[in-house]
Amino acid sequence: MKGALSRLGKYTGMRLVFLLLSVVVAVYLTVIIANMGGELDRIVEAQIRHEVNLQYALDPELQRLPPDQRQAMIDETIELELRKRGMDRPFFPQRSLDFLGEALSLQLGRARLITSDTHSFQVSAIILERLPATLILFGTAEILLFFFTLLMALFLSRRYGSVLDKLFISLAPTSAAPGWFYGIFLIMIFAAALRVLPWGGMAPSGVQMGFNWEFVSQLLRHMILPVTAILLSAVFAGVYSSRTFFLIYSMEDHVELAKAKGLSSRGIERKYILRPTLPPIITGFLMLLISMWMGQIVLETVFNWPGLGQVFYQAIVMNETAVIVGVIVVFGYLLCATVFILDFLYAILDPRVRVGIGGGR
Amino acid sequence: MKTLLSSLRQLRRYPSALGGVVLIFFFVVLSLYAVITVPYSEAVRIWSDHGERLATPRLARPVWFDWFTSERLPRTIVAGLADEEATLTEEPLEDGMKRVEAVIPIEYHYDGFPSELRMTMGWSFEPDVPRPLVSVYWRKPDGELILITEDVRTRGAQTVYIETLEELNARLEMRPRFGLFAVDRTVPREEREAMQGTYELIVQGEMREGHSLDDVSLTVYGRVHGAAGTDHRRRDLLLPILWGAPIGLTFGILAAIGAQMSTFVLAGIGTWFGGKLERAFLWITQVNIILPMLPILIMISHLYSPRIWTILGLVIALNIFSGSMFGYRAMFLQLKESPYFESAQAYGAGNFRIIFRYLLPRIAPTLLPQFVMIVPTFVFLEATLSVLGLGDPYLPTWGKMINDGYNQGALQMGHYYWIVQPAILLMGLGFGFALVGYALDRIFNPRLREL
Repeated sequence: MKGALSRLGKYTGMRLVFLLLSVVVAVYLTVIIANMGGELDRIVEAQIRHEVNLQYALDPELQRLPPDQRQAMIDETIELELRKRGMDRPFFPQRSLDFLGEALSLQLGRARLITSDTHSFQVSAIILERLPATLILFGTAEILLFFFTLLMALFLSRRYGSVLDKLFISLAPTSAAPGWFYGIFLIMIFAAALRVLPWGGMAPSGVQMGFNWEFVSQLLRHMILPVTAILLSAVFAGVYSSRTFFLIYSMEDHVELAKAKGLSSRGIERKYILRPTLPPIITGFLMLLISMWMGQIVLETVFNWPGLGQVFYQAIVMNETAVIVGVIVVFGYLLCATVFILDFLYAILDPRVRVGIGGGR
Repeated sequence: MKTLLSSLRQLRRYPSALGGVVLIFFFVVLSLYAVITVPYSEAVRIWSDHGERLATPRLARPVWFDWFTSERLPRTIVAGLADEEATLTEEPLEDGMKRVEAVIPIEYHYDGFPSELRMTMGWSFEPDVPRPLVSVYWRKPDGELILITEDVRTRGAQTVYIETLEELNARLEMRPRFGLFAVDRTVPREEREAMQGTYELIVQGEMREGHSLDDVSLTVYGRVHGAAGTDHRRRDLLLPILWGAPIGLTFGILAAIGAQMSTFVLAGIGTWFGGKLERAFLWITQVNIILPMLPILIMISHLYSPRIWTILGLVIALNIFSGSMFGYRAMFLQLKESPYFESAQAYGAGNFRIIFRYLLPRIAPTLLPQFVMIVPTFVFLEATLSVLGLGDPYLPTWGKMINDGYNQGALQMGHYYWIVQPAILLMGLGFGFALVGYALDRIFNPRLREL
């Protein structure tokens, strides 16, 4: 038992290291890309030079100074301005690493143009305001997706060959399209043509946000279409692959033996089918989750959902480096947390990791 | 190779796969048609031309729209002095003046009203003397004469957007495109009907001898145009419908080949050499699969270059260490144990010879289902970037069309054709590859076939 625990610890520890490493790489890449590899600094520097020169040129008192003395003063002011912004040091490696460190320790700084609803330029305020919207939408969709896929796959594997089973198999290729794609169709049918559900957003503008009945009911109403879009884009392929796994494993010899021994079908399902198949199913779900988290930028834009993805898109269009980096860090940590939880589940479920034979991956 | 072909032949046993093959074939034919009829440079030029496209109506539906209604929706009519039925008469007045009258008949046999009316006139006159004095009338099939403009000094070549004439608007008490065509102007808007028959545009000018009316033309813009309709900039949407196919196909297939092949080869190399190299590959892969790929693509596309080749290269680069590395590794590990490779080493084959001649080809056929299934992912990736407005600005693609339609409120205003057509094509292309991919998966994984 002790060996198993240390094995579990070692496994999860390794995974955590990898996850954090990917967050670091992702954030560093983002810092470099969003600053255009230091190009942004040069633009800002040119802007500062221009402003300082203009300031000196417009001030009549300063104009009376001898030219070389004036030039020295200009240079000094520019120097000061640059140092104030930390731009006296080169972008590679110091400044970019500074940015990385600040981002990873969640000191996200200030935005230039984007503000939160409370008119704060603090990036952390902007992100914190958007985070609940994203979490509630994608959390709901992911939980629904996971349990529905699992239960449906089990159900279908029990009566495989039935009409419903055939339906799910033939619909599996529809998962080739991403969520926003179905979103547009859903909006067209239910908002534009039938006018029974809202076009987008979280709640009508008059409704007070918070835990009151009106807001919650409006929120649920507004969530129907985006959640359905996410489900449509993933559920059929998910059910198909899980069901196939279940079927393959239910034809194994030890399952046949268990049947011959007269074990209850529920017991067989739980002990001999679900146990070995869950790890690969969780891995599959994990990959789906990663891609879904990233796809949400488009989904939130299409549904005008006031979440992180939408603010990320705005930030890119407005060149808001601080917000871009901030969102990626928060994204990274969130993804890291979800993947880690699932990984932990995986480790508990996977007997090779748990018992300590074979050596895992 | 033989096994590959025989496996492909098995596809015939799957009706869904046949459907997929038919779909893919359709898109290949569509692509060829697009590339042959409108060359690439021509497509880019037409698509990014910001000049007025005067011959086409704005926001017109596809022509096939009225197959589904009992009505015949208005087409665009261009009538002018050059028409056979048009007449130009001159009548001398005193003091060296004359009156010119042009009558241009317009046959209108559609249900519903046109979307816009535009008239152009060309006059020649000498400078420094009073310019011709022009009046324009409109005669309906029932004989009613409506004044459009009266006694205006012309400026020579002149374009009149009849919809914008304030006085006419006021006189008719409604938009001229309704007022000039309505059977009865007193009924409420919903009950208005367009009168069918021969209308006449009458242009009269009083001018000196030696001056002349050279040209008159009237464009009655319809509500339907071409096989795919037009957008808010009067662009014929047939162009992006056609050109979306080759772009989507090329992008999807090249990205799939690049991404799959690079992972496959690296997995082979890593597994064969083993040790530190293999571990390094696995580490990079573990980090890489969690990288936020779409945000990185969006940033690069916005900040550096939105050209499709940049994006393609980036997609491939980000997918070199993709998640399929683990799956390939498992297969290679199993294969590596076979005595086949030991003998190859014994006769002195080099590492890379073994990898590229013996190891990779043995597993290559199993690559096919995954490859085919991953194509739609990349087709939709290109569309996703376009839908965010970050697609290649020069290329007419399906994603671009959806983006334009969405931004111009096509859903709110009921211009569904603008979004539905490209969406169905995207779906068809994705579905075609997915159908074939799923069938191939069953053929190459015998365990699935038993089910």
